[in-house]
Parts: sequence; structure tokens; C-alpha cells
Amino acid sequence: MSILIDENTKVVVQGITGRDGSFHARAMRDYGTQIVAGVTPGKGGSKLDEIPIFNTVEEAVAETGANASAIYVRAAFVPDAILEATDAGLELVVVISEGVPALDMSRVMLDVYASDTRVVGPNSPGLISPGKCKLGIMPGQIHEPGKIGVVSRSGTLTYEMVWQLSQHGLGQSTCIGIGGDPIIGTDFLDVLELYKDDPDTEGVVLIGEIGGSAEEEAAEYITEELKKPAVAFIAGRTAPPGKRMGHAGAIISRGKGTAEEKVKALESAGIAVANVPADVGPLMKQALGV
Amino acid sequence: MNIHEYQAKEILGRHGITVRGGKVARTAAEARAAAEEIGAEVVVKAQVHMGGRGKAGGIKLAATPEEAEQKAADILKLSIKGLPVRMVLVTPAADIGHEYYLGAILDRESGLPIMMVSREGGIDIEEVAAKTPELIHKMPFDPDQGLLSYEARQLAHKIEPDGKKALQIAGAIRKLSLAFLDTHASLAEINPLVELKEGGVLALDAKINIDDSRVSLVPALAELRDPDTEGTHDEKARTFGLSYIPLDGQIGCVVNGAGLAMATMDLVKHFGGEPANFLDIGGSSSPEKVVAALEIITADSQVKVILFNIFGGITRCDHVAEGIVTALTKIKIDLPIVVRLTGTNEARGRKILEDSGAAIFAASMEEAVQEAIRQAEAVNA
Repeated sequence: MSILIDENTKVVVQGITGRDGSFHARAMRDYGTQIVAGVTPGKGGSKLDEIPIFNTVEEAVAETGANASAIYVRAAFVPDAILEATDAGLELVVVISEGVPALDMSRVMLDVYASDTRVVGPNSPGLISPGKCKLGIMPGQIHEPGKIGVVSRSGTLTYEMVWQLSQHGLGQSTCIGIGGDPIIGTDFLDVLELYKDDPDTEGVVLIGEIGGSAEEEAAEYITEELKKPAVAFIAGRTAPPGKRMGHAGAIISRGKGTAEEKVKALESAGIAVANVPADVGPLMKQALGV
Repeated sequence: MNIHEYQAKEILGRHGITVRGGKVARTAAEARAAAEEIGAEVVVKAQVHMGGRGKAGGIKLAATPEEAEQKAADILKLSIKGLPVRMVLVTPAADIGHEYYLGAILDRESGLPIMMVSREGGIDIEEVAAKTPELIHKMPFDPDQGLLSYEARQLAHKIEPDGKKALQIAGAIRKLSLAFLDTHASLAEINPLVELKEGGVLALDAKINIDDSRVSLVPALAELRDPDTEGTHDEKARTFGLSYIPLDGQIGCVVNGAGLAMATMDLVKHFGGEPANFLDIGGSSSPEKVVAALEIITADSQVKVILFNIFGGITRCDHVAEGIVTALTKIKIDLPIVVRLTGTNEARGRKILEDSGAAIFAASMEEAVQEAIRQAEAVNA
């Protein structure tokens, strides 16, 4: 099993005719994802390879039965794209685009929360259930099917971790990047809840970074509710305060959100925290007792 | 993006909050002229993006234009927490009563804007928050409508017992929430909001930070940026889509992805080295970007070695390697270069780098960081 996406997920790509949208639509299809439709307003009726393009998400859903979307449109158009996907009743909307103003997300999420749609991102690398479905921009070939659930605020750092897990023979049930922005549709707790209920996820790797307090909340949840072996890694131990470290959400503000606080919270909850990325695989094996 | 006090006050003024105007002066003579024009007692205030200006001697009262000139000359010589003062705001002095704190931020946990108010204004609000959090009252508000009038009144009555004064404060609170939304601020703060002896309330000091993503979408906002407050390389980094933050160490880092870039810095420190910078080169590693990154990093004379840590996912390793090799034909680098490349077409990438003789290849992040530290030590020896 896996969470959120599997071999039955039918994907519509919003912004499919753009540079990133077309590149990744093909890459996802080549991985084996069912890319059933694309949407670019004004280009309905055309095709990207064999993928039909529609003017609206509503039309794409009616014609193809799509139940998930990946958004690759430019930041200025992201709020509209999310609301369009929500209005069309999609179960899952993954926002790859970055640079969306936080206030725009605050406004959009009020409508999303009132619907049955789940938004992942923005500024997310997406998610992958290895061997079944890739909905994002990650390199598929570093992943192996397996029993470890990965959840992260980062992109390439997640690839690094996944690659190491795969090399240790630790395949993944699902890997999800929740996005590096301050206001995101799905947080650590949401994902941990899904991993809790997934019988085939036997252990969880959590990759956090400076800024906010999501890791602290996750620490408590892992101990109290998840009750599965978990290993964490926190990036930004050497980050200076007050500086935004690339991700819009990665900032130690007013002395809050430091790596030390997060490591401390995780360790005092009894969760193994890797000091260096290479320790994640061995610590996970230890936690699993294999 | 940080903006100056005088710019923040202009924004608040446009939203109907009472502010005292004033003039920005870059020289003592300009400050004197501004004080003459105001024709009353003035306050001369350093305009820098840093708190604690008062304690650092950056805010002075001046009774006469001569005094304003002298005070401005003193302040313009200051560096406040490392930031040189390049301009001052000359503004009319006010006869003030009680000082309140008003601040709006976007709360990450709830995903909503939040207004925070306190009767303990004029001092470091972080200290109030740490020591006496019960003195700060918070209320989330609608990201489209701002605080409604009654919500603003509820907050105001918590910090001011006098009914009439509370109504004036409530007006300022509501207008601040609207200014916050209108400017897409990540922080909008009036500290202090003061009661005027002649009646009414005044924003004596103000601070607004604007969401960088909003600034990217609305180019007109970039005009509020003060180029003097930027490091010499900030603009170049922005132009090439690089995230760059200088640090104090010797190991210059070029990494794709913010999380991996932070983890690389952490690993440098873990193995006993010191990173010279944070630099996220982003998704593509075009030669132009690599050249820009190398120019920025090598301008720092402390840098002894350059460390590339690239996880080539969608970006293929051979393309990255070609980008680095091409970049090195366009810019001469005398420092050792260590490159870690993992992912798609890794072997081809390795061959390109090794054939060029331009860089030392490392197979893992750990190996690359340790090699970079060894190289830095060899340069030092």
C-alpha cells in the first residue's frame, strides 16, 4: 500500500504546455503515472504527445475521470489554478510552483479547507509511491518500492535521503515533499496521520528544517499516536538567525524555529535524530530492528 | 524585503493612520534644512533595517536646526549592529502619553493573519512575549477583510480601559490590518502607537516587511528597496535566481536545493570546517548561473576552496559537469574545486570533470565535504 497516490491515480497536469509542465508531464508518464489530461486555458483540443489538453479542469475531469492534479503554472496564476482544481472536485492537488505569496495561500486555503480537496505545497517536489505513481518532479529511478514512509520540507535533500535509504535496501511506501513555504496545504501531522493508518508503512523518515514549529508538533504526534519506528533529520543547524535560507519558510525568526529546539524536541520524544545524512539509513535499520 | 521607517509610515498614512511626516536626510546639512522647514523641536532617527536604534544612539531629540545638524552628523557616523547609517529621518517631536504595541504577522500554524496588541509598547516586544506573554493579546483575522471593526474594538478594550481612547486605538488596529493585507506584508508593526497629549493616537515608529514573493510578482514594489542596505552581491544573486547568504568561513558552497544547501553547511561544520556561505543554485546548472555563483563566492577573499554538492535528479549529471567545465573557461579560479555529483548519468559527469582536470571528484556528500576541508587546510598550511 501507499498513501494518497497509487497505480489507480488519474492525473491532470495544469499548465501542461509550459516548459516545466510539458517536461514533467512526460517524465511522470514515462515513470508509469496515468497522465490522463492536461489543462491550458485557450489550448483545449490540442494534445501533448497522446495526452489530451482541455481548456478547464472541469472539462478534463468530466472527460477523463481525473482525480488528482499537478500544478506547474507560474506563481501569479497558482491561486486561481488551486481554486479551479478544488471547484472541479479533485481529491488531491499538488502545487509544484514556487514563489506564491503567503497571503495568497492564506486566502486560497480558506476555500480549500471548506472542500474535500487536499492540497500539497506550494513549492513542493511532489510525491511518489515507488513503482506505482509519480506526481511531481523527483527523479523516479532513485526510489525503490518498500515499507518506509518519507515526509520532508525539502526537495533535493529528500532525494539525497531516499537515495541513501534505497542503497541500504530500505524501499519506500510513499515519499512526500510538503513544500518549503510558510503556508502549505498539508503539514507533517497530516502526513503522519496517513502513514499511521497505512499498514504497509512500517517506519517513517521525517526531514525537517529551521523555521516554524512543525517538527516539534510532529515529535509529539510520533510518540503519542504514530507509534511506528521513526528517524528524523533537521537541516539548518548552522543557519544564522533572521536570514531566509532559500525556502521562504526556512527562517529563524525572533529566536524561534532553530534546529537545536527541533532536535531537542525530537530526541526528548525518543526519536532518533541523524547528525549527518549518511546516518539516516543505519538509524532506520536500527529502529526497525533489521 | 525590509523597508525603512519613513516608507512604512507613508504606507500607514495612506491607510488613514496618523503619522508625523518629516524629511529624509543623507547629510547633516540636509537634516538642518529639514529641521528649519519643520520649525519646531524635531527627532532625528537613523534609517537602518535593525532594531534597537534608540539604545545604539540612533534616535536623538533636537531643539534647534543647529542641534539637528549636530545630532544628524553624529548618527550618520554610527554603525548599528554592523549596519552603517546612511540616512536619517527628521520628524516633528510629539508630546506623548501612553505607548502601546500593535503588530500583524502571518501565522504559519493557523495559516491566517494575526493581530497582536499590548499595553506594553515602546519597548522590545520580544522581551514582553518571553517574560509576560499574558500582556500580549492576539486575534486571527480574515485574510480578505482584515479585522472587522468590532474585533478591533474587542482588542483595543483589552489594552485601554478608557472607552474613548480605546475607540481611537481600535481605529488604528483595523487600519493596520488593512495596510498589512494591502502591502502583502509578512510583518507590519507600530511600536509604539502613542497617545497624544492634544488627543488622538499617533504611529511614532513603524516597521513593515514585505513578502519577497509578492515583490517578485509586483515589480513596482522593488522600488521601495534601498540598494545601500544590500550586500554587493545581493542584486547579482537575485538576477541569476540564486539564493545567497554570506557567512564567515573558508569553504565556499554551491548546492542545488535549499534543504541540501543547509545540510551541506551543517556537514562542513560537523567535520570541523566553516562554511563561507549558503548558496542555492536552483534547479538548472547553466554555465551562466555557475559563473555568477563562482564570481560571488570568489569575491570573498576568505574562501580557500570551492565545494559543489549537486544531486542530479532531473538535472542530468553530465549537463551539470559540462556547465561547471564551461564556466571554468569563462572565469579563472585559482582555488581547489571539489565536486560531488550523484544521480542521473553520474559516470559521464565524472568523466567530463576528471578529463578537464578542473576539479576533484567526490562520490558522496560526506567524502566531498571532508576533501574540501583537507584542501582548505592545505591552502592554509
